[in-house]
Amino acid sequence: MPFDIYDFTSFTQWIDTSLRSSMSPAGAVAVEFLIVGVMILLFYAVIGLFLVYAERKVCAFMQNRLGPNRVGPFGMFQTIADLVKLLLVELVPIRNADKFLFNLAPFIVITASFMAISAIPFAKGLHAIDLNIGVLYVIAVSAMGVIGVLLAGWSSNNKYSLIGAMRSGAQIVSYELSVGLSLITIVILAGSMQLSEIVNAQSTGWFIFKGHIPAFIAFVIFLISSTAETNRGPFDLAEAESELTAGYHTEYSGIKFAFFFLAEYMNMFIVASIAATVFLGGWMPFHIGSWNGFNAIMDYLPPFIWYLLKTFFVVFLMMWFKWTFPRLRIDQLLTLEWKYLLPINMMNVLIMAFIVLMGWHF
Amino acid sequence: MEEAVKELIDENQEYVINMGPQHPSTHGVLRLVVSLKGEIVKNVEPHIGYIHRGIEKMCESITYPQIIHLTDRMDYLSAHINNEAVCLAVEKALETDIPDRIKIIRTIMSELTRIQSHQLFWATYGMDLGGLTCFFYGLRDREKILDIFEETCGSRMIVSYNCPGGLMYDIHPNFQNRVKEFIKYFRRTLPEYDQLLTGNVIFRERTMNVGRLSLEDAISYGVTGPSGRASGFSCDVRKHEPYSAYDRVKFNEITFNDGDSYHRYLVRMKEMWESMDIIEQLIDNIPEGPYAVKMKPVIKLPEGEYYQRVETARGELGVYIISDGNKNPYRVKFRSPNFVNLSVLNLISKDFKIADLVTIGGSLDLVIPDIDR
Repeated sequence: MPFDIYDFTSFTQWIDTSLRSSMSPAGAVAVEFLIVGVMILLFYAVIGLFLVYAERKVCAFMQNRLGPNRVGPFGMFQTIADLVKLLLVELVPIRNADKFLFNLAPFIVITASFMAISAIPFAKGLHAIDLNIGVLYVIAVSAMGVIGVLLAGWSSNNKYSLIGAMRSGAQIVSYELSVGLSLITIVILAGSMQLSEIVNAQSTGWFIFKGHIPAFIAFVIFLISSTAETNRGPFDLAEAESELTAGYHTEYSGIKFAFFFLAEYMNMFIVASIAATVFLGGWMPFHIGSWNGFNAIMDYLPPFIWYLLKTFFVVFLMMWFKWTFPRLRIDQLLTLEWKYLLPINMMNVLIMAFIVLMGWHF
Repeated sequence: MEEAVKELIDENQEYVINMGPQHPSTHGVLRLVVSLKGEIVKNVEPHIGYIHRGIEKMCESITYPQIIHLTDRMDYLSAHINNEAVCLAVEKALETDIPDRIKIIRTIMSELTRIQSHQLFWATYGMDLGGLTCFFYGLRDREKILDIFEETCGSRMIVSYNCPGGLMYDIHPNFQNRVKEFIKYFRRTLPEYDQLLTGNVIFRERTMNVGRLSLEDAISYGVTGPSGRASGFSCDVRKHEPYSAYDRVKFNEITFNDGDSYHRYLVRMKEMWESMDIIEQLIDNIPEGPYAVKMKPVIKLPEGEYYQRVETARGELGVYIISDGNKNPYRVKFRSPNFVNLSVLNLISKDFKIADLVTIGGSLDLVIPDIDR
């Protein structure tokens, strides 16, 4: 079994060939689908639990507290205990709610984030699906979650939920533009929409360093707008607990609420992975020019660890925003997007195109 | 579906929502019936009385020293100042001379109460605006004052430290040192509040020019305290009608002319510095002497009407006592600052967004038990 922690290509090839040798091609594909699905599902659950724990610890750190520290070592099992509690909680039926849509909404939200995670390259050769339009696919799929949010708000028969859902709709539709345009900036630089190509193109230097100032601006805009797109941090108007109690998921309880909750954290993880992949070199190790000794030490860390380090760095940034800033108001939120981020972004794309045309990038 | 729409929208095509009595941003059991057009607030109708305990009526059947324990439960964040108001009214009626020691201790305690109230305001205001971290920073420092209270008064929030003619007990031997330590500590940590919230761009955008209260409206509605002073209404009772030891300390009355949420917030932030100045002027000058004047075992006020006003953390508290010469008052009326301040909510939050209603409500710093009494 050719297993190499630095390159999973041969390992996945080996699984494929050994499956194909023992069963029909269709059966092999079916088994592969099953393996990939189970792997991603497991990854999703583990990362979700870990993120909730991380958020509580980071938030406690920002707020002069200790955070969970009773259940298990350093309170590690606190989130598992919470999950068990959520599974056991009664699902409160809502009078006059549109039952079908009410039950459908959490699934749409969680499916959207589940689909998005499949396109992310975790390590060399560890990639569920490598579409040639990967960037476009991720943007399209992650925007689908808003349908679930809107349905949840509409079907709950709750006035706060409806306001929250409408806010969320306006917000995600607006910020989708900025997310798209800031990724386009890098697509111009990379010359490809395929995520594996984008990562490979960064072997000589991450795009955030390679792409001069426009790449950095695009990174900052991506951070802001993706925070807004995931309904987090200073942009959590859809939930806005001090105004709308809990916004669109006010009426949800038990495992249905857990779906929204998990999807929120996973969306944060997904946008952080995209930021890491597109701007920070994905699973590529950190190299400095011709410092061969330093580069060799950096190469020693497996790509998967590099990917996680970068992603959690971005996740930490997003948590930092959330626990420091007060919330924006809806009109300020839309002003920020339409009057500032979008024009800056459009200029940025033009400048990047010009730089690439003249070959001025590193 | 049509039935559902009918329930949601009233006859003016407005979307009516109930904020409260259980809502995170009303800080208690206040119910606001808000009419919305989209996100825009068209009308706010406060419904009060969810925590009405009939304190004024209860006062008629108990003695004066007992009344003090009820006043704690009105504005629980200015508990000591409420006590003081009743004591001052009773002492005024009996024409009792209060020694300097008592006056100075009362003033120090009042200012500590004011600081902890403003700290909690800052903490919850940050939380109302979505900055949850503020809450913990505010409570961290408030804890230190509550510890001082606990040591001297035996209780942390509902102190009941006053009695007609003086104080319940003498101060703790540690009191002066603890207060001095706290002032030193808080002078260092108060700038953190500004760094975290006051200077924040989002915070300024959210609060500046939101809920502007003009000077005319402030005076005609009788809005007092920090909310009134932000509109330029010079209404500090400590300055205009000094009681206890306020006539012997130097401090500034903080006033602004803008009257928006941001300046209501800023008045409170600056008042904390002033309160610290007041405490520093007095803490080393507590004279020796008794902690209470000997009063008659049963206090009976001579027939007549008595009024005493004090400056609580939220505005002017008036205590109006009518006595018929018995050991119980004939009638007691409290002019509570929160009730009056609440009355401008509809006026200043009209045509703002629903998020601004939370900002404005928070900046008025309402304490609901004081409204209902």
